[in-house]
Amino acid sequence: MLKIVAIMFSGIGLGLLLRKQRLSWLGALITVLVWLLLFFLGVAVGQNQRIIMGLKDLGLEALLLAFAGIAGSVVLAWGLWHVSQKKEKGGRR
Amino acid sequence: MKGSLIIVGFFVVGIVCGLFHWLPDLNAYGDVSYVTLCALMFCVGMSVGHNTEVLKSFRKLNPVLALQPLMTIVGTLAGCSITTLLLPHRSLADCLAVGSGFGYYSLSSVFITQYRGPELGTVALLANIVREIFTLLGAPLLVRYFGPLSPISVGGATTMDTTLPIITQYSGSQFVMLSIFHGFIVDFTVPFLVTFFCTL
Repeated sequence: MLKIVAIMFSGIGLGLLLRKQRLSWLGALITVLVWLLLFFLGVAVGQNQRIIMGLKDLGLEALLLAFAGIAGSVVLAWGLWHVSQKKEKGGRR
Repeated sequence: MKGSLIIVGFFVVGIVCGLFHWLPDLNAYGDVSYVTLCALMFCVGMSVGHNTEVLKSFRKLNPVLALQPLMTIVGTLAGCSITTLLLPHRSLADCLAVGSGFGYYSLSSVFITQYRGPELGTVALLANIVREIFTLLGAPLLVRYFGPLSPISVGGATTMDTTLPIITQYSGSQFVMLSIFHGFIVDFTVPFLVTFFCTL
């Protein structure tokens, strides 16, 4: 994980050096890499017998847990957004 | 929405290729996808460094927003603890352990499989994959109805790598640094919280 963060920071460094250049192709490259990664995730799921069986037996349980966690974190993130907006408005006065 | 459908398309085509073994074995792919992830992170880094607005936004980051990792963790655990009422065969600690993956499915499922067996490990894998996929697909809707912070909280531990491009696109590039900070902190808590709830 630390290695990936280090790679990203070296990217930041190169990006800073190339500030004067136009990098219009970068967005398209990022999109293609995301597609590739999702494709690989799909291949990993499809090739794993345990996950495919699990989709039938344990999928509902996983969905329930996933959406409960998502709902709880969304509620607090929503609250935090409102608090931060109020603070920002208060600061400007 | 069109972007999300294309992403699902790639995922589904990947599943079909995997199911029918049209491609070599998964282990060969672990490396390829890791290298792809590294390339992605390098490009995301480049776009961050290139965009001077983003670096300015880090200095302007609202200190209140530094609390977001805590909100994500507390919110997720609160939501998962409610599910124990609906899943009587699962203990509270089991539900919290699955929730503590925060979308980091590879690590959390390995940990849970080791401590609690493959059944709960599979639940953890699926639940956390669903969380990551939901972040990728639902980001535009989450931003519209629950504000720009919501996809970051839903993304959990993945917001500094796999879901970062989507969050940048839909929440806005001024949230890149918050997203990386959030992912970094939440990611760090995964092994600790999962182990803690598994040994309760």
